[in-house]
Amino acid sequence: MTIDSVRGAPDTPVHAEPELVQLLTPEGERVEHPDYPLDLTTEEIRGLYRDLVIVRRIDREAVALTRQGELGLWASLLGQEAAQIGSGRALAEHDMVFPTYREHAVAWCRNVEPVKLLGLFRGVHHGGWDPAEHGFHLYTIVIGSQTLHAAGYAMGIQRDGVLGTDSAGATIAYFGDGATSQGDVNEAFVFASVFNAPVVFFCQNNQWAISEPLEKQSRIPLFKRAQGFGFPGLRVDGNDVLACLAVTRKALENARTGQGPTLIEAFTYRMGAHTTNDDPMRYRLKSDEEAWKLKDPIERVKAYLVRGDLADVAFFEDVEAEAKRIATDLRKACLALPDPTPLSIFENVYAEDHPLMTEEQERFAAYLESFEGSARP
Amino acid sequence: MSEKQTLNKSLNMGMRKALEDDPKVLIMGEDVGRLGGVFRVTDGLQKDFGEERVIDTPLAESGIIGTAIGLALRGYRPVCEIQFDGFVFPAVDQIITQLAKMRMRSLGKVTLPVVIRIPCGGGIGAVEHHSESPEAYFTHTAGLRVVACSNPADAYSMIQQSIRSDDPVIFFEPKRRYWEKAAIEVEEGGWTPLHSARVVTPGEHVTVLAYGPSVKTCIEAAAAASEEGRSLEVIDLRSLNPLDIGTVVASVNRTGRCVVVHEAPVFSGYGAELAARITEKCFYRLEAPVLRVGGFSTPYPPSRVEEHYLPDLDRILDAVDQTFGW
Repeated sequence: MTIDSVRGAPDTPVHAEPELVQLLTPEGERVEHPDYPLDLTTEEIRGLYRDLVIVRRIDREAVALTRQGELGLWASLLGQEAAQIGSGRALAEHDMVFPTYREHAVAWCRNVEPVKLLGLFRGVHHGGWDPAEHGFHLYTIVIGSQTLHAAGYAMGIQRDGVLGTDSAGATIAYFGDGATSQGDVNEAFVFASVFNAPVVFFCQNNQWAISEPLEKQSRIPLFKRAQGFGFPGLRVDGNDVLACLAVTRKALENARTGQGPTLIEAFTYRMGAHTTNDDPMRYRLKSDEEAWKLKDPIERVKAYLVRGDLADVAFFEDVEAEAKRIATDLRKACLALPDPTPLSIFENVYAEDHPLMTEEQERFAAYLESFEGSARP
Repeated sequence: MSEKQTLNKSLNMGMRKALEDDPKVLIMGEDVGRLGGVFRVTDGLQKDFGEERVIDTPLAESGIIGTAIGLALRGYRPVCEIQFDGFVFPAVDQIITQLAKMRMRSLGKVTLPVVIRIPCGGGIGAVEHHSESPEAYFTHTAGLRVVACSNPADAYSMIQQSIRSDDPVIFFEPKRRYWEKAAIEVEEGGWTPLHSARVVTPGEHVTVLAYGPSVKTCIEAAAAASEEGRSLEVIDLRSLNPLDIGTVVASVNRTGRCVVVHEAPVFSGYGAELAARITEKCFYRLEAPVLRVGGFSTPYPPSRVEEHYLPDLDRILDAVDQTFGW
């Protein structure tokens, strides 16, 4: 029996690549794109390489800590370093990031201490940084919700009357390919479009929403959806840190100068599992992963630096050593995180007095005190 | 100074005052601008405060609350209108998952002063999804404050107090009372605190607890009961979360009997919480169990039979009688 809802491959392949913006090939060859000129110093490119290596090392340490039972869960960014560092390094002071739970490298660019990210996955808090201080909102776990916050925050920037000035900022909403099916993401597109809000929608299409391939989310390439909402969309090589930097820079600048939203689809691949609880071997082929390994976001920058004689062995060794040091410190800081006290459950729920909750808190405190001198229940 | 106003006009005046007092206050929702809202609660506000502050939004409830959260993160104080009670459900994810929890998630670094106005309750002969009482879904959610006004004076003061609150507030408006007039108090000194209950009809024999549209019905029931020599004390709870349990307990400890009235279904409804708390706090003073009068365990019925579903004067008095049967 033929079932109409399972039609096999869509007419327009969702993986079609002709419109991919690329500035650095997987082999490390620098290419130009007429719409996205990018003039970086060697030092800046070496800086991007350093970022990429460090965030991969941080990620690896977090996976290890999870395997050792020190974190409850970790959502690895392996394979998506370039998409996040490229877009993250395009940000300016007044921009505001609305991440999912996988944007560890963007957090790095916004100076959020990595141990604060680990705290969430260790279960000592739900997000321990100040979003305003870092221009980096809390991790959002329910898929797609943060895109509306980004659109609303952008509407606030408009109302502050700062667009086009030095203190102009834009928002950037991160989400994945699976999130594009959520109502909230589509509503965020509508709000951003009709209000011409200064928001960049940065979709990391890593090909997999846990076990579901892109074909379960869309029958057209994701960036093409923007057209239906009335703003530009483009697809960039998500494993090309230079291209991600260039396209995000331009989209943010357009937003800050009142030219409205852009959808960027960063075409990449989730090299690891969805989270440490997931087993990709149940739903995808090892050969797919092997194919994507050849497009690794770090190797191509290294190849470029080596080929152009822009960095020597000592540079690469220094970066490795620094990454290792950061990972060692992170492990120490993670293990030293104090567990929250039982009564902290009641903290920060309300900004103003709440007598009923206070009464519960006092009763619970008295209960705990009743065990003083004996083992807690 | 006090003047007579309808309830919807009182809300309008309260929001106008808030817009004047604080440039960060915004009004947003479907049809709130040019039309002035389907109940005219925001009538004239866009004309006077502009489209940037009184925002006609796309027709998407989750989008309204989600963008309001973003605006609040940027320092604004959005007042959102959900057009009808039954339309709040598409926004419930943003309300429960994001709005209510963000302060705790940020360890207190983020406050979200968002007000969500919801016209609620039945009795206006509406089609389905226009007559519901969803308050218990929200009182169950920590991080939210939930209030319900029942008369023009409270409408005027409570909307302003809610807008000033640094916590998110779900603000229920009794839609079948929108056009009823009463005196309002414009001087702040005469306002009751937002989270205090109020004894609206003092009495001796039975405490009757109500909020929103049911308060007036209970006052009428008290008048009818007094003709039969029964003295009902009607309390308008005004705030459902937090609950002013002190005022309730003081009354029930005096009367020894209590009837709770609301339009929402009784099963797992707000009255269940009241009954449980009163039993805990007034156990030795109770002459009878706390009885609840409310909607049935059914979806809201078609409007031509809604009068049987809504707690009316006779069903309230019947429950009062039952409390004397124990």
